[in-house]
Amino acid sequence: MDILNNILAGQVPIEAYLCVSLIMFFAGIYGFLSRRSMLMILISIELMLNAADINFVVFNRYLFPGHLEGFYFALFTIAIAACETAVAIAIIINIYRNLTSVEVGNLDQMKE
Amino acid sequence: MQYTLLILVLPLLSFIVLGLVDSKWKPKVAGTIGTIVLGIVTSLSYYTAWEYFTTHKINGVFEKIIPMNIEWIRFTEFLHIDLGILLDPISVMMLVVISMISFMVNIYSLSYMHGEKGFQRYYAFLSLFTFSMLGLVLATNIFQMYIFWELVGVSSFLLIGFYYTKPSAVAAAKKAFIVTRFADLFFLVGILILSFYTKTFDFGALTAEHTTVFAGSAGATFLGFGVISWAMAGIFIGGAGKSAMFPLQIWLPDAMEGPTPVSALIHAATMVVAGVFLVARFFPVYYFQTPEVLHGVAYIGAFTALFAAVIACVQTDIKRVLAFSTISQIAFMMVALGVSGYEGHEGTGFMASMFHLFTHAMFKALLFLGAGSVIHAVHSNEIKDMGGLRKYMPITNWTFLIACLAIAGIPPFSGFFSKDEILSASYEFSPYIGGIMTFVAALTAFYMFRLYYSIFWSKDYTIKAAAHGHDDHGHGHTPHESPFAMAFPLVFLAAVTCVAGFIPFGEFVSSTGADYHIHIDPTVAIMSVVIASISILVATLMYRKPTATPDKLAKTFSGLYKGASNRFYIDEVYLFITKKIIFNSVSRPLAWFDRHVIDATMDGFANTTQWISLKIKGVQSGQVQQYAYVFLLGTLIIAAIVIIF
Repeated sequence: MDILNNILAGQVPIEAYLCVSLIMFFAGIYGFLSRRSMLMILISIELMLNAADINFVVFNRYLFPGHLEGFYFALFTIAIAACETAVAIAIIINIYRNLTSVEVGNLDQMKE
Repeated sequence: MQYTLLILVLPLLSFIVLGLVDSKWKPKVAGTIGTIVLGIVTSLSYYTAWEYFTTHKINGVFEKIIPMNIEWIRFTEFLHIDLGILLDPISVMMLVVISMISFMVNIYSLSYMHGEKGFQRYYAFLSLFTFSMLGLVLATNIFQMYIFWELVGVSSFLLIGFYYTKPSAVAAAKKAFIVTRFADLFFLVGILILSFYTKTFDFGALTAEHTTVFAGSAGATFLGFGVISWAMAGIFIGGAGKSAMFPLQIWLPDAMEGPTPVSALIHAATMVVAGVFLVARFFPVYYFQTPEVLHGVAYIGAFTALFAAVIACVQTDIKRVLAFSTISQIAFMMVALGVSGYEGHEGTGFMASMFHLFTHAMFKALLFLGAGSVIHAVHSNEIKDMGGLRKYMPITNWTFLIACLAIAGIPPFSGFFSKDEILSASYEFSPYIGGIMTFVAALTAFYMFRLYYSIFWSKDYTIKAAAHGHDDHGHGHTPHESPFAMAFPLVFLAAVTCVAGFIPFGEFVSSTGADYHIHIDPTVAIMSVVIASISILVATLMYRKPTATPDKLAKTFSGLYKGASNRFYIDEVYLFITKKIIFNSVSRPLAWFDRHVIDATMDGFANTTQWISLKIKGVQSGQVQQYAYVFLLGTLIIAAIVIIF
């Protein structure tokens, strides 16, 4: 009840943020493992990255108030994630051109 | 006398060039190059001999000179292998013999081998052989000699197996190589023992008259004999292998599968006397350090001479008759060395041995080349396919007759002089050995004239529609005299055979290097000539016209005849020992062990690895999500472990 009271009082505790990021992260893992489409897998990866971003920001805010490193890390991660997505999409497009499919289960030709 | 190096280098170059170019040049070009090079080498050898024998005599003794010597490998403070050139009377004499016979064979082969496949290869191998043989006689130390000794064996192997599409030639080449190589093992052991105790490889140090190198081995014995005796016996076995002494003679008759000029060069005149040369080279060591081994040489030689001569009487392949005759004659030289003393008159044997080596090389090469000429004409090796050839081949007939007279020991041909010296040396050593040698000389005259009459007289030659011969292109035609390139060496060697006996050989070559005046012992000489004449007469009566006497004799002595025809079953004994005893009871179990224990262990490793990899191959599925799942699981497990502990 403490948590609820605190939230209602405008004081959001750190656990609430961590819960959200935890749920996002495991939703990402679940998506990564269960989805067949590569685009959906990519989205799942983004979800995991965003969960990590939230963690950066939250820990910075609660553990080191007045510092800015966590925020900058979050910004960097967003930028890198954008680049990574661009590369990933390019790869996926190329795979689609070759296989006319983006099913990840079809991509096992390189095992030998 | 630095130019003697050219004698070695030229044939080597010729071998390399002809061997590399092979069939890119026309056969004629290759043959001409080989022959010209040999011509130059021959002239150089003659010049060397002339210069050596005219200028290098000090106080009446020929000195040993070493025009060049380089250190090649140094093992220890004392022991090092050198490469150099040693000139002394016997090596210079061998130079002349080898280069001259080789030159003649080169000329002869131009015609004899004409049109054969691999003509260029043949000439390359001839050059290789000449190089190795010359290197052997010029060696300054045992190790250099051993190197060339093996090279000679290899070139002999290559030339016997020249017709490598013929299984019998391949088998003969292998047999020759393996038998001589087996003997060379003892040679090597002998060299190692000798050099271990004397701390030198050098011939000069070993064979000097008052040498001290043997002091270190005094008193060292093994199984009742001095170590030096064992070493010298081992070295002699090496020589016996190359020179086809009993019981290592089995390879030589089979070696006749090679082209006939090769038989003339290698298996009659030069390589097979390498053993004699070896014993002669070590003669002072044998004589002063190990006289018992030297006597062993004499007894083995005497037995071999008799043994081979008996077999030669009944063989029907002309080249085999000559092969056994060669064995018998080399045994003569061995006996002469074995019975020889050292100085002055005592040294008759040594001188006689070298003299016989010289004359034998000439007339035996002549016999083989003559046989080649006959084979060329009738396309067969068998006596029964010949007869009456004197009308068709006058030059071959006359030269062959001269060689037969020489080997039978009829004056004034060269064989008489050398053989007479050997006989008188043998009689001085022991009347028994002398008696055996006289008997062998009689047998020699008999079988040579049996051969001669069977080829050139006997029945008239009948032209067959399809003669089966050594080259399997049988076609009936009248046998004709051989062309000039083949006739010239015959005539040349016949001329040498006629005059070589009058060379004052003892003035050039003797055991000490001092002059040795040959004096013919009239009793021995007359006796041997009379006996040889009787033998020739018997052969004339039996074989000049086809008679029933040979068959009758064969029936009377059927046991002896059968044994001799089958070469007294020595080959069978060898086969029994190798196949039945060594292969079955030693090699087979070892092979089984190798295959089922050593190989099986290694195979086991390989099979297990393969099995495991097959089993775990499924892990690498290529499914990204599966990898991620495993990765996640692994992370969780590690996390759990970290948390719990």
